[in-house]
Amino acid sequence: VRPENYQAKNHPPSNEYELNFGPNHPGIEGNYALQLKLHGDKVVHARADGGYLHRGFEKLMEGRLWIQNIALVPRICVPDPAPMELCYSLAIEEIGGLDVPERAQWLRVLQLELSRIAAHLFTFGGHAATTGMYSNMYWGVTDRDILLDLFEEFTGGRVYSIYNMPGGVRRDIPEGFLQRVSDTLDYIESRLPDYDNLFFTNAVFIRRAKGVGIMNQQQALEWGVTGPNLRATGLAFDVRRDDPYLVYDQLDFEIPTEDAGDAWARTLVRRHELMQSIRILRQVVKALPDITGPIRAPIPNPLAWTVPAGEAYTRVESSKGETAYYVVSNGSDMPYRVHVRGPSSMHAVQVLENMVQGCRIEDIAQIMFSLDACPPEVDR
Amino acid sequence: MADIEYKDKGSILNPLKSWQFFARKPVTVPLEPRPASLNYRGFHVNDWEKCIGCSTCQKVCDNAAITMVKVPGLAEDPVLGVRNLRPAIDYGRCCWCALCVDICPTGSISLSREYVHTCTQDEIDSYFILPDPKGIHNEFFGHGWSKSVDADLVDLKRQPMPELEAQKRIDNFEEIVDGFDMQAAIIEASRCVQCGMCHDACPTHMDAPEYIRSIWEGDIEEAVRWIYKSNPFSHVCGRVCTHRCETACSVGRRGEPVAIRWLKRYAMDALDHERVKQIAHEGKPDFVTGKRIAIVGSGPAGMTAAFDLARLGHYVVVYEAMAKPGGMMRYGIPEYRLPYDKLDDDIDVILSLGVELHCNTRIGTDIEFSTLQKDFDAVLLASGLHEGRSTRIPGSEHGNTVSAIKLLRQITQGEKIEVPKKVVIIGGGNVAMDIARSLARFQRTEYGSIDVTLTALEARDDMLADESEIREAEEEGVMIIPSRGPRQCMIQQDRLTGLETVHCVSIFDEDGRFHPKYDESDVFVHDADMVVEAIGQAADTAYLGADTTEALDWQRGRLQVDEDGRTTADWLWAAGDMVEGPDVVHAVAGGHRVANSIHEYLMNRVKASA
Repeated sequence: VRPENYQAKNHPPSNEYELNFGPNHPGIEGNYALQLKLHGDKVVHARADGGYLHRGFEKLMEGRLWIQNIALVPRICVPDPAPMELCYSLAIEEIGGLDVPERAQWLRVLQLELSRIAAHLFTFGGHAATTGMYSNMYWGVTDRDILLDLFEEFTGGRVYSIYNMPGGVRRDIPEGFLQRVSDTLDYIESRLPDYDNLFFTNAVFIRRAKGVGIMNQQQALEWGVTGPNLRATGLAFDVRRDDPYLVYDQLDFEIPTEDAGDAWARTLVRRHELMQSIRILRQVVKALPDITGPIRAPIPNPLAWTVPAGEAYTRVESSKGETAYYVVSNGSDMPYRVHVRGPSSMHAVQVLENMVQGCRIEDIAQIMFSLDACPPEVDR
Repeated sequence: MADIEYKDKGSILNPLKSWQFFARKPVTVPLEPRPASLNYRGFHVNDWEKCIGCSTCQKVCDNAAITMVKVPGLAEDPVLGVRNLRPAIDYGRCCWCALCVDICPTGSISLSREYVHTCTQDEIDSYFILPDPKGIHNEFFGHGWSKSVDADLVDLKRQPMPELEAQKRIDNFEEIVDGFDMQAAIIEASRCVQCGMCHDACPTHMDAPEYIRSIWEGDIEEAVRWIYKSNPFSHVCGRVCTHRCETACSVGRRGEPVAIRWLKRYAMDALDHERVKQIAHEGKPDFVTGKRIAIVGSGPAGMTAAFDLARLGHYVVVYEAMAKPGGMMRYGIPEYRLPYDKLDDDIDVILSLGVELHCNTRIGTDIEFSTLQKDFDAVLLASGLHEGRSTRIPGSEHGNTVSAIKLLRQITQGEKIEVPKKVVIIGGGNVAMDIARSLARFQRTEYGSIDVTLTALEARDDMLADESEIREAEEEGVMIIPSRGPRQCMIQQDRLTGLETVHCVSIFDEDGRFHPKYDESDVFVHDADMVVEAIGQAADTAYLGADTTEALDWQRGRLQVDEDGRTTADWLWAAGDMVEGPDVVHAVAGGHRVANSIHEYLMNRVKASA
């Protein structure tokens, strides 16, 4: 006899089965999972599950001094930490009315663009690996390592640079550093034809990536897509140009776009952006020696530093899209509230869920890499 | 944009392009270890010589990775502001952000270029390490991220203190220092790193980190509450304290110490006097113990003890020989340093607790000392040092050779003194500065010009007076001549004409005893019609009477007491300058100490007889 509160479980149709994709899966970025319903190899339904990397950043920040959070924010996006530091600092500078010296602004651009190149190289590697081209992944990681050497030299840390500080940056560049940046840029540029040969003009990549994970411009806007993913749908929107911060309005660069809106277009936009970042960095290398002065606005003793009551919403263009911080201060020595708008939380949840529906299971990994989603950003 | 056509050319041979790389040099990074960059944030190194154990690194550490560990064998001296604590790092928590380096007040801690640490399973604790000057593996890899001006988070510069210019202050006794306004006080308070070195160094252990924090938070009442926990003479100490706290301040290691004394003064000045009184009354019991205590002298020691004992419910009577209470604070410190209305405020708070004060009542003359023993359960001697010491050089018995302490008393009492046209002062301490600057003011008013010469036995850098006192005296036109030993007062036909001094080579002998050596060839005569001796003070304890004096323990004229300030007579205590050096804050500390001891004695006696 069945109990009264018995309810028959709603079983999937017999031709569908469930598959947990991740959180430990080589085809997924970081600790992230998709709960899939499959019909054969075809995805019928997907549900994103981002709770595997919850570290409670936003809540943690409310219990730490303003300065202590500069060591915490880079961890929200491991492959591209610079925009996180910057965005947090910009917000505090806006609330507290700190004037960032010009040299610090240029140094910040230097860090941001190097970080963008490193992040893009990482993502190519990921996309290549998920389409079976492992040499390209090794190259991407190796060339990123050369950029990490530069980070080590001028910020002291390879991955988490913790370089920005409200008011400016923590260190000036060491002697001869600009020459090494210049050499590295030449090297990265000289590598690009190899990447093109092996990957971007490779029939395997093009045939695998074209037509996979398509979204049109309207969908992209509705889903809150930003960054290269949005530009791959033909809309040339870039915070660096459309809402300039730091010294981006003095720099000359283009906003590459593609129209296809598929995995191929998204990765190709990144390939073009790489060139633009190199272009920006060359201008920075040229301009920096003439810009002298302090690199940090003075801030009080951080153990007794209060930021005046107020709120600020600041946004920057990271390698993944629009990164924004909403910081509220109630005038105390710790933030009252920090909200992080990571671009990946849109890309890895609503976009990914919709995009993988109807695609084949082997394309899920490359769709995720083409979206360049960063799981720690999803669940802050 | 790019010249390459990124489209599928349809050839299945395209991927074979990668074969050409067989002939090329691999891009792989070599495997051998690589030295880290010069700026690298690796494991910690800590220069134990520089480190003072202030634990500021621990406070800023965002992962609570730092624990301060006692290292036996290292120096520990609260007066110098050194603790034998050193930071130990839990590398399971450390995130190598280097905030500890950037905030270190001394600059001792830095990160090295060392980045490898491994262990086997049973050595898990090896991740909790005490870094020393060589790092964590006893092998120095070189400094990585170190203290730099760019990222220094310690605010080394003090807020400027507005004060009267030398020209505006020299002909009057107006207070020189204006005191902080709210803005400056809050900024100054924000410089504090809350290490507590000041608390340890202060003789009365004032809760300076707490009241500074309260000032920074804008809560003046709370600040005054903290101040009154340990010092009822905060108007006075906020102005004339010898501020050992600032000597020990860890921010002062590389920069200017936090202006702790001025902050205290700011808190006291900013709060309404009636509110201060209410705060001082907080926690006072509504019962009375019925015990009676007599206190001889209303200086800082006596009045502090009176404050404590009254707050404990005892009945306290203070006897003061002079017309007004305050002792040396009133009759020794010139008004330009300590305005008397501020002293009156401090004393008013104490009296408001129910302390009975009898001025113009000299023990031994107006009241016999022996009656105190009869009428009271306990007696505290806090009569201070009101006799000047003499150099006893030839000519020092001349009428125009006077003691500084006597002269200061006359000046502060408002008596008319005969202002000398030229005066030489013997001594290099604060009293010497006080009398020099007071006389300079009178000369300026009377004659329009200043001729005050101050000869000190010590060299310029070893002079006992506060640096600011010396600076201000020089600004006001006092001529300071260090390293001069007095030889004789020159007297011609009963008239004092000057002071002869010789150059002093050294003051102490090899054993550290006072034994000045002179260079006899360097003799100089300073013209003067008055010589003032400011070389020390002595106590006048004749009022005790022969019997009591006989019963007590004396050494070189100084009354001997135990660590609680109790004499060999179990009903008699002594505190203040007469048992320890002349300094307000030491006297306050002594007052607290004897008050505790007296309270214990009185209350235990009740228990014993019950």
